[in-house]
Amino acid sequence: MSLDKDTVRRIATLARIRVDEEALEPLAGELNNILGWVEQLNEVDTQDVPPMTSVVETEPFQRVDRVDDGGQVEDVLANAPEEAEHFFVVPKVIE
Amino acid sequence: MPTLTQMTLAQARDGLVGGEFSAVELTDAHIAATEAVRDLNCYILETPDAARDMALAADERRSRGEGGALNGIPLAIKDLFCTKGVQATAGSHILEGFTPPYESTITRQLWEAGAVMLGKTNLDEFAMGSSNMTSYFGPVVNPWQRTNDDAKLVPGGSSGGSASIVAARAAMAATGTDTGGSIRQPGSFCGIVGMKPTYGRCSRWGVIAFASSLDQAGPLTRTVQDSAIVLGAMAGHDPKDSTSVNVPVPDYEAALGGDLKGLKIGVPKEYRLDGTPAEIEALWEEGINWLKAAGAEIVEISLPHTKYALPAYYIVAPAEASSNLARYDGVRYGLRVEGGTPQEMYENTRGEGFGVEVKRRVLIGTYVLSAGYYDAYYLQAQRVRTRIAQDFHEAWEQVDAVLTPTTPSAAFAQGEKMDDPIAMYLNDVLTVPASMSGLPAISVPAGLSGDGLPLGLHVIGRPFDESTVFKVGQVIEEAANFTALPQLMAGGA
Amino acid sequence: MSDLLKGRSGDWELVIGLEIHAQVVAEAKLFSGAATTFGAAPNEQVSFVDAGMPGMLPVLNEACVEQAVRTGLALNAEINLQSIFARKNYFYPDMPQGYQISQYEAPIVGEGEIVIDLPDDESCTIGIERLHLEQDAGKSVHDRHPNKSYIDLNRSGVTLMEIVSKPDMRSAEQAAAYVTKMRAIMRYIGSCDGNMQEGSMRADANVSVRRPGEALGTRCEIKNLNSIRFMRQAIDYEAARQIEIIEDGGKIDQETRLFDSGKGETRSMRSKEDAHDYRYFPDPDLLPLRFEQSYVDSLKSSLPELPEAKKQRFMEAFGLSAYDASVLVAERETADYFETVAEGRDPKLAANWVISDLFGRLNRAETPVSESPVVASALGGLIDLIADGTISGRIAKDVFADMFDTGRSAFEIVEEKGLKQVSDTGALEAAVDQVMADNPDRVADYRGGNQKLVGWFMGQIMKSSGGKANPQMVNELLRKKLGSG
Repeated sequence: MSLDKDTVRRIATLARIRVDEEALEPLAGELNNILGWVEQLNEVDTQDVPPMTSVVETEPFQRVDRVDDGGQVEDVLANAPEEAEHFFVVPKVIE
Repeated sequence: MPTLTQMTLAQARDGLVGGEFSAVELTDAHIAATEAVRDLNCYILETPDAARDMALAADERRSRGEGGALNGIPLAIKDLFCTKGVQATAGSHILEGFTPPYESTITRQLWEAGAVMLGKTNLDEFAMGSSNMTSYFGPVVNPWQRTNDDAKLVPGGSSGGSASIVAARAAMAATGTDTGGSIRQPGSFCGIVGMKPTYGRCSRWGVIAFASSLDQAGPLTRTVQDSAIVLGAMAGHDPKDSTSVNVPVPDYEAALGGDLKGLKIGVPKEYRLDGTPAEIEALWEEGINWLKAAGAEIVEISLPHTKYALPAYYIVAPAEASSNLARYDGVRYGLRVEGGTPQEMYENTRGEGFGVEVKRRVLIGTYVLSAGYYDAYYLQAQRVRTRIAQDFHEAWEQVDAVLTPTTPSAAFAQGEKMDDPIAMYLNDVLTVPASMSGLPAISVPAGLSGDGLPLGLHVIGRPFDESTVFKVGQVIEEAANFTALPQLMAGGA
Repeated sequence: MSDLLKGRSGDWELVIGLEIHAQVVAEAKLFSGAATTFGAAPNEQVSFVDAGMPGMLPVLNEACVEQAVRTGLALNAEINLQSIFARKNYFYPDMPQGYQISQYEAPIVGEGEIVIDLPDDESCTIGIERLHLEQDAGKSVHDRHPNKSYIDLNRSGVTLMEIVSKPDMRSAEQAAAYVTKMRAIMRYIGSCDGNMQEGSMRADANVSVRRPGEALGTRCEIKNLNSIRFMRQAIDYEAARQIEIIEDGGKIDQETRLFDSGKGETRSMRSKEDAHDYRYFPDPDLLPLRFEQSYVDSLKSSLPELPEAKKQRFMEAFGLSAYDASVLVAERETADYFETVAEGRDPKLAANWVISDLFGRLNRAETPVSESPVVASALGGLIDLIADGTISGRIAKDVFADMFDTGRSAFEIVEEKGLKQVSDTGALEAAVDQVMADNPDRVADYRGGNQKLVGWFMGQIMKSSGGKANPQMVNELLRKKLGSG
């Protein structure tokens, strides 16, 4: 369960966060510290204990199928760093 | 007669209704107070012009005999709430300049109740922290200082700005959010009342998400009565939030008062931690005695999985956060740092836009959900969580509320506990179990440390039994008679 | 019939599994109230939830749950009374939340099966693994700017049903039949309009090859096939590609591929997340989905007769061949049309007219049966005129063409153009005698052994009668008179 810097690099890529090469090792250390601390959870007997799927006991609320939203393209785009012809603009995606 | 900034929210409300002063006067006094304590850095954005407009409108309503429960009351809003047309940053560089085109359900309810917005308060970035040291917009200063020591202290976090401004008497109340203790712990550090309601009591729609199964909004106020008034305006079912519960909101203020005869209060032995300062143990004992004197029966109970709540929290919360924060990618709003491809743009934007603590938690969260580790970490933590909730569930068969200290220490100095994240995490060790179980809990200022800093006592209640929590909290408040004031308050100590 | 493919070194078996993404028919999206209609201006049908804005939360659309359950029932599948929404986490510009709300370990629908129609009146059963609900992504447009992509989120959050088959298909043809049937079923119950050009139904094909009897080979996934024709081409190409690699001594890399319809080839997708670590976990913004068996039962009782059942009924009640029955039930509208025509009439005759003549004209005119200029009762009227001998089958074809062009009834056209067939024995005998008298050489030819000449004689009589001579009677008379003497 110990992270090395390659693992940190891989996780940082999964999370799309740029981490400088020199920061990988110290970060691995910090994360290992935290992960080592949470290891104590293995002391708890959780045989046959269901994972918590909902904190509240309540009847799930479902919406009626009708259009009551959208039609607000100006608001949707208002904070866009880059937009053109009502599209969001990003660097070209290569498929 | 207390001044406009010294009086409680309830007194201000009554004063307004009684025509003793106007909403504009009340708001102006708080705007002036804000200027006086600006060095505390409580606000990311002050909104005095909007505040004055809202106060005028409140006076207008008053003159017609109209106005909601908070008509004319000046509030501070944690900058985690989306406020239409007013910046919402979550304390982060990545959302600097983001102007929501929508209003969160809670703030909408507050404005409908007639309240006035003084500004958006500072917080730990994305609500991740217990000290308000991780904000992109600089740390917040606690208006309390140690006796004969002018070192700047932390107000706690993540709702540090909200707690500090209320304690400094520059806002009558503030909204906060509590995920692991982020209302209650700063409440305790700042000598004010911090209330986290039952999970599902308040709507999360428009509240920038940190950990979806834990986040809950709540009030920071100077008295328990004020807390009951504000929660009444914040609470309620919201069909736009699937985790919001459709249970009627009782009149919390009306339920206050009276003794505790017939009530059973649980004292969990597992909350006696190694290394807890003696003065906190002593305060807890005092609290127990106060409740006994009010007629309550004290029952020693066991919540066996207490110590696992914090490590379980530090798996579940980062896991949910890693997913909730994936939307901050520079495409549709917020900071964008360019890149040759979208994926590069994401890495650059998030690398630059997120602070150190946020990155740490997102990486932990990503790791514990990743292939091969999900069962060992996330699933195990969620199973432990069930156990923690079961502990309380069984306790409710014996008792009606639980009394513990709020924090394992008083406020510490800025810069302390920054070297080891876990030392910082331990601030929440006493508040986290209630969060993990979704239970309502309040912190009430109960005494001073040897250094002259506030210490809080913590009452946990049954799901949707905020009324009992308020009632017990008020008994502590009355018995404690906490009249000390912070040194860096508006208008001076 | 063997579907085995011939390689250089022996036989190969093709193993295909299909994942179909079907957009659910509903006014609004799965978790937001924005509209779902196709073709709107960019970002006009986007709620703040669909745009993944801070603080936004999903709320489930009850109609989408209903459609998923109905579809599951139509696939003879197990309906799970409790299911969980899970987040599938990955970064892509058309995925605003940075995750897709989907279902993972606990889908709403479990195992099922459908019957597919194959040539030569054959059919076989294909297993369904599961069906689950998930959000669709937005659309990226890459050709409006040289080095930028444009993102439209109208489609973001639209409800998809992902239907995963078992790897039971053994040929591109079976895959095509599966998609065709699946589409028909969903159109019958109205849960998806199956419009592949507009993208409301898409298929991903998982293709592998193996020596008959051996374990499954490594599969490749071909994504986003948006027509049945392309899917067949892609599968055939991919099978050949894999066989060649293995026969050359290589190994198949498990990968995701795209079909290049211009070149008719599949190629590897470069930059999809290599690790594909989606970090699924139950969505904490949503509660587990639960409903009662009574809810499922009431949906089941209100389902229409499904294609397979209707096909069987047509075969039994009307004596139709499996092929004809399957053509007629392909769309509910055509099945209903046919049943109206067949009521009280010869069903086989009705089937022929509907399948050959009506469909022929409708296809040429690119008109759906619901807009046919010849309504079912009108076609029935035409058939009645054939059945009672008023007109010949040959004339009926011309009448039908006129009916299609003008919308008039058969009776009206026959009356106006005087097309009643001549069945008067006397008149026909006279015509036969006449043509024989006029062409003694050909008569002699016929009697000399050239029996095929009866066709020529028929032609002459049809010509001289303006097509109205009763062909069966003329044929009988000709053979009788030519045959004797």
